[in-house]
Amino acid sequence: MTEARRTIAGTTVLEIADLRILGPGGREILRGIDLHLVAGRIQGLAGESGSGKTMTALASLGLLPTTLRASGSIRLLGDELLGMRARQWNQVRGRRIAMVFQDPSTSLHPMLSIGAQLTDHARIHLRIGRAEARDRAAGLLARVRVPDPEGALRRYPHQFSGGQRQRIAIACALMCEPEVLIADEPTTALDVTVQAGVLRLLRGLADELGLAVLLVTHDLGVMSAVADDVAVMRAGRVEESGERHQVFTAPRSDYTRALLAALPGSAEGVETLDDVRALVAQEQGKLA
Amino acid sequence: MARYVARRIAIALLLVVGVTLVTFVLTNLVPGDAATANLGEQAANDPAIVAAYKAHYGLDQPLPAQYVTYLGNLLTGDLGESQLTKRPVATDLAAAVPATMEIAIGAIVLSVLIGVGLGTLAAVRRGRVIDQLLRIVSLVGISLPTFWVALVAFYVFYYQLDIAPGSGRLSPTADAPPGITGLYTLDALLTGNWATWLDACAHLMLPTLVLTAYCVGLLTRFTRSAVLEVLDADHVRAARAKGLPERVVLTRYVLRAALVPILTVTGLAFGSLLSGTVLVESVFAWPGLGAYAYEAASHLDLPGVMGVGLVVGIVYLVVNLVVDLLYGVIDPRVRVS
Amino acid sequence: MNKIATRRRRLPAAWRTPLALTGAVVAAAWIVIAVLGPLVWPHDPLAQDLPRLAAPGAGYPLGTDALGRDVLSRVLAGAQVTIPLALLLVGLSLLVGGLLGAVAGLFGRWADEAVMRFTDLVMAFPTTILAMVVAASLGASLLNAVLAALIVSWPSYARVIRGLVLGVRTAEFVLADRLLGFSTARILRSDVLPVVAGPMLVLASLDVGTATLLLSGLSFLGLGARPPTAEWGSMVAQAVVNFDSWWLGVFPGLAILTVVMAFNFLGDALRDALDPRTAGTIGEGGAL
Repeated sequence: MTEARRTIAGTTVLEIADLRILGPGGREILRGIDLHLVAGRIQGLAGESGSGKTMTALASLGLLPTTLRASGSIRLLGDELLGMRARQWNQVRGRRIAMVFQDPSTSLHPMLSIGAQLTDHARIHLRIGRAEARDRAAGLLARVRVPDPEGALRRYPHQFSGGQRQRIAIACALMCEPEVLIADEPTTALDVTVQAGVLRLLRGLADELGLAVLLVTHDLGVMSAVADDVAVMRAGRVEESGERHQVFTAPRSDYTRALLAALPGSAEGVETLDDVRALVAQEQGKLA
Repeated sequence: MARYVARRIAIALLLVVGVTLVTFVLTNLVPGDAATANLGEQAANDPAIVAAYKAHYGLDQPLPAQYVTYLGNLLTGDLGESQLTKRPVATDLAAAVPATMEIAIGAIVLSVLIGVGLGTLAAVRRGRVIDQLLRIVSLVGISLPTFWVALVAFYVFYYQLDIAPGSGRLSPTADAPPGITGLYTLDALLTGNWATWLDACAHLMLPTLVLTAYCVGLLTRFTRSAVLEVLDADHVRAARAKGLPERVVLTRYVLRAALVPILTVTGLAFGSLLSGTVLVESVFAWPGLGAYAYEAASHLDLPGVMGVGLVVGIVYLVVNLVVDLLYGVIDPRVRVS
Repeated sequence: MNKIATRRRRLPAAWRTPLALTGAVVAAAWIVIAVLGPLVWPHDPLAQDLPRLAAPGAGYPLGTDALGRDVLSRVLAGAQVTIPLALLLVGLSLLVGGLLGAVAGLFGRWADEAVMRFTDLVMAFPTTILAMVVAASLGASLLNAVLAALIVSWPSYARVIRGLVLGVRTAEFVLADRLLGFSTARILRSDVLPVVAGPMLVLASLDVGTATLLLSGLSFLGLGARPPTAEWGSMVAQAVVNFDSWWLGVFPGLAILTVVMAFNFLGDALRDALDPRTAGTIGEGGAL
């Protein structure tokens, strides 16, 4: 895989400024979100269902339902994305920003081979032939640790386990070497035993490829395991954001405190800094 | 895949036996004597003739034995003799089947092309004017009595407007092309006989279009709901997230997934097509299965009616077998189940 | 509790679509015509006292047939034949198919196998063809036509009800009732019926049209109504010979078409009203 397009680590790749989304009847879904995605870093976006975190992710890809209206700014390396037309979006989606969805058993088409699903967008975006695309796909499958990459290309989603399917979905997202990877609840639909592996994979990809990753999840445990920066959302607003360590050890908002208290293993509530450190260490220990 | 195919064929064969059982049972359902029905009043009053008839046709045997004889006859291609034409039913049907296949295949192909296209359009433009319009049109389509459409079409396009030939497969002055497949259009093409080909096509038009009328409505409706189901699927959203043009998303991801229910409906539609031929062919003097069935039914020619029932049943079974096999081709998950 | 209230609120909306209203009005009109019978016939449908094959004009607005009978009166009289029979056919199919399907679903094992093989056998033939074969072997009469039609119509009901019953059978409330020792009849009535009623209603209303087409088709073939009965299908059959007298075939056919359309519109609206997905969209963009 070519290294040429890697963004220099540390660059702000995606800038979301004052993103607002209005629903039918003027209902406010997002009330002014500010978020930065930096190359090589995993930005966690935490919150309960209904907090608007998935909407933020979808807005970054122009995949909002047509009944919703977005305003504000989303800049990808300086290019304004909001307000683009469909054809322009198609040049960004899958190519510069890629997304991995929650349930790989439904986000992969059951009747198309893995090879077909991995290569169809790559062939269009990169203007490469079938053979070259398949080579690239096999290489990525190897990188995400899917056994027998060549054979896998010929097989179908139902022939793989849940964890493998998610890895395949990640490989698919990486085909065109995007600058941004959005992962919406990537481990929620997976077995606990498999989650760590996928998270480790995401961490590795961010480090090696200089990917800017947006990790959307309700699970703070997942967040503490791999995120560099954490933003906590609530009712369409960002309650708190900052580096992971700082948010977990010294949360500024009561809401964040309450969320942390709800983590398993914190039955007494998070009373002291030591408790939090212990919790975080526990989560990190799961990865080791 | 091979196991799947083998299993479907085995089931189809079982159903064929079932079909023969049904026609056999119905044959013996006739109130009163089969002998009376077949011999006519006068001959039936003579006990000697009746006894000879029964012995000849094995009608004095117990039912299961008769069924075995019946099956044996079927396997040798003996479907009995038509009371109406006084010819073996099998011979009559063999001549009639290609004629029906010509319009049936034409109608189903047209119906699928138009129906799937319109149904997809309606689903993609859901709620808009075109969708409402198509819903009404397809609803009217499935409400049409086929025999009435045939009559109206005959009257309007042949009698009044004179833009389509009204009867038969060819003009009276034309000769039939050499019988390679029995499908006049195909045979004419194969032998390079353009004039005959044109003539045959012109005669095909009206009966085929009439048959299409009902099926198009059916296919449009089912395609619309099948596509609507798929449009919200996760994999469609994921395909869009890959930046694929909407056209590709529609044909490759949406239609592919919707193809399974669409295939099912196509099989059913073919069945109703076969039924439709009975109501349509006689209006256009089209010498196919349908016209044969119509004559047999209206004259209560039982061997003829049973023969048609059997042949149509088997054709329908074959069509459904093909549909089943195509499932295996389209959906890889089916092959392992 | 909420669902019931919602459904009541939604049902009126379904009736407000122009399509459903048209269907209801037309169906009601035909039923009234059938009920009123001789009161609305301008002439005796069997009397052969008018000039033969007269085009529509004064005294006979829809023309006269080859035997000097008034077409309008015969068309109106046809309603008395077709509509009650179609409704009867649907009712019987519902009863027979429903019972057999429920038995198959509830008792399982060999009862299920037997019923299912039966439906397979019947459904192996195209409907009208099988009905034709059965009617021919039974002898041509209206009653036999209905019987033949019943034989080909019950399987679809049986399959649907069996599916629904299978779904309900393992539900907790059914298991509870069985443990409590309730009789099968009672379980059928209190547990199965509510689940089954809605879909059955939709199926039945959509089936009235099919039943009408089937019965008139059989009569067209000479296997149903016998002359001189005024039945729409046989009237069209008689019109084939005198096809240049267009009024002979057009009007009975239009009668069939309008009846079938009316019930199809109604059935469609009913289905939209009861399907939770589309129920909310009734009335939106219902410009037509």
